[in-house]
Order: sequence, then C-alpha cells, then structure tokens
Amino acid sequence: MLILECPNCGVMADETELSAGGEAHLKRFGPGSSDEEFEGYLFHRANPKGVHFERWRHANGCGKWFHAARCTNTLEVFATYTAQTSTVPDTVIAAIKAKRPDWSHET
Amino acid sequence: MSTRLASGGRLIDRHTTRTFTFNGKRLSGHDGDTLASALLANGQTLMGRSFKYHRPRGVVASGAEEPNALMGIGEGGRFEPNQRATTTEIFDGLTAKTQNHWPSLDFDVGAVNAMVPRLLPAGFYYKTFMFPRPFWKHVFEPVIRKSAGLGAAPKDRDADRYEHFYAHVDLLVAGGGIAGLQAALRAGQAGLRVLLVEQTAHWGGRAPVDGVEIGGKPAEEWINDTLQALEGMENVCIRTRSMASGVYDHGYALVYERLTDHAPEMGGPRHRLWRVRAGQIITATGAIERPLSFAGNDIPGVMLASALRDYVVNWGISPGDRTVIVTNNDDAYRTALVLHEAGLAVPAIVDARPSATGDLPQAAREAGIRVLTGTGIAEVKGRKSVTGVVLCAQAGEGAATDEIACEAVAMSGGWSPVVHLWSHCGGKLIWDAERSHFRPDAARAPTGHDGKPFVITAGAASGAETAGDVLADAKTAAGAAADALGRSLPDLDAAGTNDPHEEPMAPVWIMPQGAGPAKRMKMWLDYQNDVKVSDVRLAAQEGYESVEHTKRYTTLGMATDQGKLSNINGLATLAGALNAEIPAVGTTTFRPPYTPISMGAIAGEARDATFQPLRRTPIHDYHEDQGAYMEPVGHWRRPYTYPKTGESHAESVHREVLATRNSLGLLDASTLGKILVKGPDAGKFLDMLYTNMMSTLKPGKCRYGLMCNENGFLMDDGVVARLDEDTFLVHTTSGGAEHTHAHMEDWLQCEWWDWKVHTVNITEQFAQIAVVGPNARKLLEKMGGDMDLSAEALPFMGWAEGRIGGFDARVFRISFSGELSYEIAIPASQGRAFWDAALEAGGTWDITPYGTEALHIMRAEKGFIMIGDETDGTVIPQDLGLNWAISKKKEDYMGKRAQARSHMTDPTRWKLVGLETTDGSTLPDGAYCIAAGTNANNQRNVQGRVTSTYHSPTLGRGIAMGLVLNGPDRMGDIVEFNKVDGGTVAAKIVDPVFFDKDGEKQNV
Repeated sequence: MLILECPNCGVMADETELSAGGEAHLKRFGPGSSDEEFEGYLFHRANPKGVHFERWRHANGCGKWFHAARCTNTLEVFATYTAQTSTVPDTVIAAIKAKRPDWSHET
Repeated sequence: MSTRLASGGRLIDRHTTRTFTFNGKRLSGHDGDTLASALLANGQTLMGRSFKYHRPRGVVASGAEEPNALMGIGEGGRFEPNQRATTTEIFDGLTAKTQNHWPSLDFDVGAVNAMVPRLLPAGFYYKTFMFPRPFWKHVFEPVIRKSAGLGAAPKDRDADRYEHFYAHVDLLVAGGGIAGLQAALRAGQAGLRVLLVEQTAHWGGRAPVDGVEIGGKPAEEWINDTLQALEGMENVCIRTRSMASGVYDHGYALVYERLTDHAPEMGGPRHRLWRVRAGQIITATGAIERPLSFAGNDIPGVMLASALRDYVVNWGISPGDRTVIVTNNDDAYRTALVLHEAGLAVPAIVDARPSATGDLPQAAREAGIRVLTGTGIAEVKGRKSVTGVVLCAQAGEGAATDEIACEAVAMSGGWSPVVHLWSHCGGKLIWDAERSHFRPDAARAPTGHDGKPFVITAGAASGAETAGDVLADAKTAAGAAADALGRSLPDLDAAGTNDPHEEPMAPVWIMPQGAGPAKRMKMWLDYQNDVKVSDVRLAAQEGYESVEHTKRYTTLGMATDQGKLSNINGLATLAGALNAEIPAVGTTTFRPPYTPISMGAIAGEARDATFQPLRRTPIHDYHEDQGAYMEPVGHWRRPYTYPKTGESHAESVHREVLATRNSLGLLDASTLGKILVKGPDAGKFLDMLYTNMMSTLKPGKCRYGLMCNENGFLMDDGVVARLDEDTFLVHTTSGGAEHTHAHMEDWLQCEWWDWKVHTVNITEQFAQIAVVGPNARKLLEKMGGDMDLSAEALPFMGWAEGRIGGFDARVFRISFSGELSYEIAIPASQGRAFWDAALEAGGTWDITPYGTEALHIMRAEKGFIMIGDETDGTVIPQDLGLNWAISKKKEDYMGKRAQARSHMTDPTRWKLVGLETTDGSTLPDGAYCIAAGTNANNQRNVQGRVTSTYHSPTLGRGIAMGLVLNGPDRMGDIVEFNKVDGGTVAAKIVDPVFFDKDGEKQNV
C-alpha cells in the first residue's frame, strides 16, 4: 500500500486516503480536433515500466488533486507536485534524474 | 505407537487435564499441548487423508508448515476447516474432525486412487475430462467435486467477533526466536518504537529445544531475561500468537493475532488483524527443515527430525520405541541424542554422506548409537504406520542391504530459510550452494517510497545456522535498521554460545540417487497436494520447463503450503529432470499470507450494521416508525413504499400513486444531491459540464440539464437553479452527489484551475420535501407564511425563498411526476418538523407519503428518464430523444466531441420509445426485443431492450420504456419481447409520454 505526500496539505497519506486518476499531463482535445487527436486523448495511455507521471486525489483528506512522479516497477516516489501545471516542473525532472541518470523525459 | 513419556515436556503442565474430542472420541491432554502433541500422546498417529490419493497421513511437522494434519475445528458457527493440528492449542471442549475421507478415517473408499496411482498422474484432469463437453457438467464435475478439495466450508454464520488494529512503528520484528528477541532488544535500547510478534504461544524458537547455551547459561534463561527487559520498555510492544502474514508496499505489513483460539471462554474478539506501517521490518522468521525424498516418505510415523525432537523435548512425546534417523547433515543427530536421553531406542542413524565427523555425530557414536554413512533408505515399510525401513547404498539404485524394524523415522534434508516475508514485496534470493538453499540477497532488498531498502533479515532467515551466527546476525540487522531510521546503537558484544562444530550438509534430492520409476512414484515432494518426484519429472518431460508452469500443472507448493516444505526439493527435482542448475530454474513466487488467515480477520468489524456507513435523511426515523419497506440507494436508505397493515407492496404502491395523482402526496427527496457552484466563472463552468446552456439562466429560475463525461455518455441529470448572478445550485441524482462533486473538482483543479469557481457539496445541509398533487398549493397556503405561491408569482420552473408555516424554505416549482409540485428545501435540522407539520395540515386532503416505487411509476408515466435505468454508461442523450437539451450554440461541452464520433452518430443506434403490451401485461425488466433470425452463436437476434417497466395504476395497464432500433420512426409497430418462461409478448411502439402529454396537470 503506497504512501504519497500530499503537496497541498503536507500529509504523508496512505493509499486508502487517496484515489488514483490515471496518467497526468494529458492534453484535452475538444470539438474540432481530428479523430486521431481525440482518440489519443480519450484512449491512449502510457504504460511504462519505470518513471510514470500520475494524477492522484487526496480524496479522504484535503480533497485536492496532485501529481506524482513514481516508478511503476520499484514503486519509488520521486516527487509529488501541484496539479495546476500542464508540464512536468524542472525540479521534478531533476529529482528523477538524480535517482535515474539514464532516464530522459519524452514529451 | 506414540505415547506420552513419563517425564519431560517443557511446554506442558502435567498438573492440568484438558479434555477434547477427536472424531467424536473423548481424549485428554495438558495445558501447553497442541492438538498434534495431544493426539500423539494418545497414540493417534493417523491424522488425515491426503488430498488426491486419500493416503493415510500422520503429522510431519510441529509448526505452521504442517501439510497433513489439517482438521475441522469447532462446531456450528465456530466451525473452521483446514486448521493445523500443530498450531491448534487444546482447551476443554475442543472438537476436532479429520477431513478428506469417506466413510471414515480408518477406512477410505477413495484410497483406491492410491492403489493405482498411474490413474492420476500430473495433469490428469486436464488430459482426461476435455470431451465430450456435456459430460463435464453432468458427470465429471459432480464426481470430482465430491472427492476433491480440502475440508468442508462452514455452513453457519460466523459466531465470533473480529477487529482491525492500526499501528505505526519504527520497526516491526517478525519472529520471536533468539534472533527476533536480540534484534528487538537492541532496537528497543536505542529508543526505537518496536513491535515484536511471534506466531506461536512461546518465545525463543528452537534454541531451548536444541540445547543452546548463551553467555554460559541455558537459552531459556537468556530468553526470559531478554523478555523481562523488553517488557520493561515503553517503546516496545511484544505479542505472541501473532503472525506477520504479509509485507506490502512502502513498509506496510499485516499481523494476524489469534486472541481466543486457545481459550474461547476469554471473550472479546477472536482474531485481530494488525495493519502496520513500519519504517523498517526485520524478518527473523527462522528456517524450515526439508524432507528427504525416499519411497514411502509419507507413511504416518515419518517426521521431520526437528519436529520429532520438538515433540520429545517440548511435549514429552515418545514417537515410538524405535526411531531411525535419516539425514544428510549434522543437525539431525541432535534428534538422535534427544531420543537417547529420553531412554528411547535409535537403532541407526542413516547418513547419506560418505562420512560424518562433526561434533554431533561423534557424540552420537559415543552414546553408542550406530551411524551408517553412505547409506540411504530404499523403502519405508508399513501402510497406516511405519513398521520398518529397508536400507540401501545411497550411491546405488536401491538394492536392499539391511532392514530395520522401527515405529518412527526422523528425516532431515537440510534447512531452508523462511524467505516468504522477504520475498512478498520484491526481495530477491541468492542460491547458497554450500548449504543448498535460497537465502535473501541483502543487496537486492525490497525498497520503499524513498527507493531505500525497508526489509532486513535476521538469524536463520538470513541463512545463519549456529546460535552464535544467529545472534551476531540479529545484532547486525538491528544496527542496520537503526541506521536506516537515523538512529545509532551502542556497540555491545553478542553473548557467547556453545555451538558444536558441524560439518557441511550434502545435497540429497533423491534417495538412493539411482532410484528407478517405481520408487520415484512413492517419493512425496508435496504432501498436501500429493505431488511426487515422478509428477515433477513428468511435467518436465511434457515440456513444462518454467517452474511457474510446473507448479500449476502439478499443483506443487500450491494452496496453504506456499512452498514451505516442498519448494527446494521440487525445484531440485525439476532442475535434475531438465539437466539445469537449481538457481537457473528459480523459485515460484511467494505470496501473502504466509499461512492462511481467517476470513473473519480480513473482514474485521465490517459486517452487519458496520459493514458500511448508513446515511440517514432528517426524516429517516419517520420512515422506520411507519414500517416503510426501505431500499438502498447509494449509502442511503429510502422508503420504497409505506404498506399499511395487510397491504402488499404492489397494493400500497398503487394507493400511493393514485392518492398523489388525485389529491396530495409527500415525498422525502432529501437524498437529492445539492452542490453549490459559485464564482464569476460559475456560468461558464456549468456550460462546460452540462449539454445545454446554463449561463443564460435567470436568477429565480430553474433548468433541467444533462451531464455527460468526456466519452459522451450520460452520467447525471438534474435541475439547476440560479440563486444569484454568481451562484448556482446544482441538483444531482440521489447517490450521485459525491461522484458529480468529484467530477467538478477534477476539472476545476486539473484543467481549468484559472477559472474563478468554488464548489461545495451541501447535500446533507438541507432536507428536501416534495409536496405533490392537485392540492399541493392549497396545503402550502394552509400552512401559512409570507410567500406568494400562485401560478403567476411562482410559475413552473421558478424558485423562491421565504417562510412556510414558520420554517425557512426555498421552494422549487419543479415536477418529476407531472403533477403540480413544489420541492421545498428546509435546513436539515428543521426537516422532520416541516414533514410533520405538512402531514398534519394535509389531513384535509388525505395527504399520503409515497416511496421510491411510486416516484418511479409516476416519472415513467410521464416518460421522464432515470439515470441508471434508461442509461447504463453506454447511452448518449441523443439516444433518449433529448436533443432539445443539447445546445447547438455552444462551441464545447463535456462529451460534445465524443458525440460526434462515427459510432455515436450511427443512425442504427437504439433509440428511446414507449412500449405498450397488446394484452395490457407488464413487460419483464430488461427483456430483449426480438428480431428475425439467429446470430453466430445460434441465439435469437435482437433489436432493442426494455429499460423501465411498470404496472401503471393511473392507466390500469403495463407501461414501459425501451431502446429500439429505429424506434421513433416505427410508432404503432408491434414488436415481440422475450419472457423469462421462454415465450414472447407483443408490444406496440408508442410515444414514451403515457400520461398528460400536454402537461396540463402541472401547468396550474
């Protein structure tokens, strides 16, 4: 059972306090987008063995959404950070690279 | 035959007598006895039948790893199958029954399987029962079900109570042997918060049985001193009868505490599940001795050497007058010496190694015990009990060299560290060739959220063998745990021990090494699942090269065994058959729990009223007092109907509908979701959430809206009221408030975080009461207040605030029934008082409280959709003829893009229509509309389905709504629907509005 630090309220939250929201930093495509764009937005998700950016909500806590950078293999948590960003902050990328020098961020 | 020795038994109190029954027979034992030791004391060596061949089986082990002596314990609501006799402590009144046999333990018809074991090789079921297919259901399955499976499931409701307990500690130490005690002591001295758990009722593990001395004193004294020190530390909690059952992500662990199994009269919860979050976990879980694979190694009387030693030393048991020891290591000689000291005969120690020169073999020889090196057992004699062994050269093929009469055989194939907890969360193993076992690889430990290791092994679980090594390793483990937690330990020397010099063991995977097929068919690897050397070899031969495949094909190490006894021998056999090295074959996956834990402990307090929280409306007590029939709606309970004495539910629903339509009904609608959406961008936000335009709504007005997800599918509907320029009150479906609120927050926080909108779920802050029917206005006027409720002042789809009958009220003129209707929101604390006042004032018009079924019928009579009936997560608004509620002007809303996808615009999507049976009957719920012909599976083709169906009291006939292919274009057509009895019923496609099509009743 994971522990994630909620960046909004500072609590080290057990997974039972959290609800998962899938991949982070998706770009929304609405009316006018092509079928390919919309399909990608609605259905295509990254499923890496390794570094992954995720959406979580401190549902049974402060109620706020946040993002987590986490290794899906070892479950190591590199950083949790605000949900109010559409890109991965540089500090988070640096935190990951400090632990995984070979990793590179694909955008 | 086994019996109780005249003296000895360090764990039993001979001054006490405890009586219990075994298969109905009354037997007795002492305090401190396990069921297994008490049965052995009573000469009962036959304790069960095996799973597949129904072979007679006796106890093999003395602890949690026992594969054979599984019994049904207790009766009625306290019956539990598959309990190990070795871990069941006896008490007065205990009842135990053996399992897996018919008609009796002594005589079992199923044992015929064993006489022709060729009939049931590995994969037998897979190979045999494939065809013909109907045979599976009618012939094979009933027969197999009767003869297969462990134990019987309990029939009665569990009579006991269980609980969960949460603990946050710096260090969890699993295992209370000398390693665990040493680690806990050191960590405790350093000030860490420590939880130390031991699965048995006793501390110290094997050390006292093995004659260990620590610091010049018997291990027992050191154990008592250590316990005393631990008990004096406020930062240390110690628990016996508590098994660490699993290690999970990020330092989470479960501990299964058995509180009253040994003393049911104590009361309180039976089991407690500790949900532990630990900074570090030390697994001091010891090691388990391995059996040896020789023909007849499952005959009752053949035991692990260490277990046999336990029975003698701990419980004063004689396993039989004569015990032959068979071993590949020095440790088993301890058993010979213990038996010798107890005055029992050891006719021979059969040692597969070419020589035995360690301290212990020397001591055995000095005691006058015959030691036969280079020797193996060719065969064990006996059927229901051991009568002797046939010896052979270990290097040969099994030609008899000698035969020795005996009642027991103590076998030792070496020791395997208990690595389960280490492995549960990803700890890797390394093959130790010298000791022929897998041990934890400290360099590849399970890692936590910070990427650092959080599990450390200590003592025998690390692979340490002597007491001195065990204590030293435990000290190191405690130091490593303290380091990881940022604490330091004072450096103290571990106390000295009296370890004898032991020579290395020799790997012996099959005895004798050249044994042929006939012998291999009688060598059991996994007693519990009846897997033999021959089965694993067959699996390898048939191409099951992966150890995981072999496990599933043969059932090796499955079920409760989890590889405890069978793992290494099975892997070695597979490696041998594949001509591979053991580490190349690898191990199967260790999964929690270490040993089975009760379902009750998993459920904890979550049963009956505490299974989940119950939400009550402010008027809940009224419903219960009236004897309303309640139904669950989310976590709420709502009245389905209020039957009067003698009324059926159908009759009371009928009465409620007609009373409301003809005069006046009252509905508790408090469960309706209420979410306040406020801010300068609230209108813009609701325009994105709803398919229709909300920003144009005027304050004082209400509008019905549809909410879709990004897939385009309907997820909620309801009435939105604009309270002022910046504020909207969103009504959601009952039970949908939390979900919808979360949906809003998701988009506000993660996509449109710069929009100025705030949302609050105020569902429970208001009672909502619907006053419905032609006399609704008259009732409210009679109750008095300062509001003008006339049609002119408060028209349909308007709302107003004021006082009604002394209550603060917000009145919404909306209708889900087609009647003149006011939904009145009252502060929750006043809800019940308003309800009572309305009931009292409404007597004039025979006011009738109605439930959810009447509500459903009245909305269906009006053709109003219900989320969850007309929708199921695959239905879009366009399917339901709700295009009028979809804005054409808006550039965007949630689901708009998805609704333009080709599948969503497909003209052949089933569409909503009304349905009237030609005979007036009520269509079955969910019935399919049948089309011509059949599909590829020979099933009738379908062209639609029923979504809502009721008997309408208003119209006196069945009415239904459904989704039908080209439905709206087929008005008046007759179509067929299937019935549960296999027949069909004809229905006419009609407009879904069955009653008051022009809305005259609500427009007054």
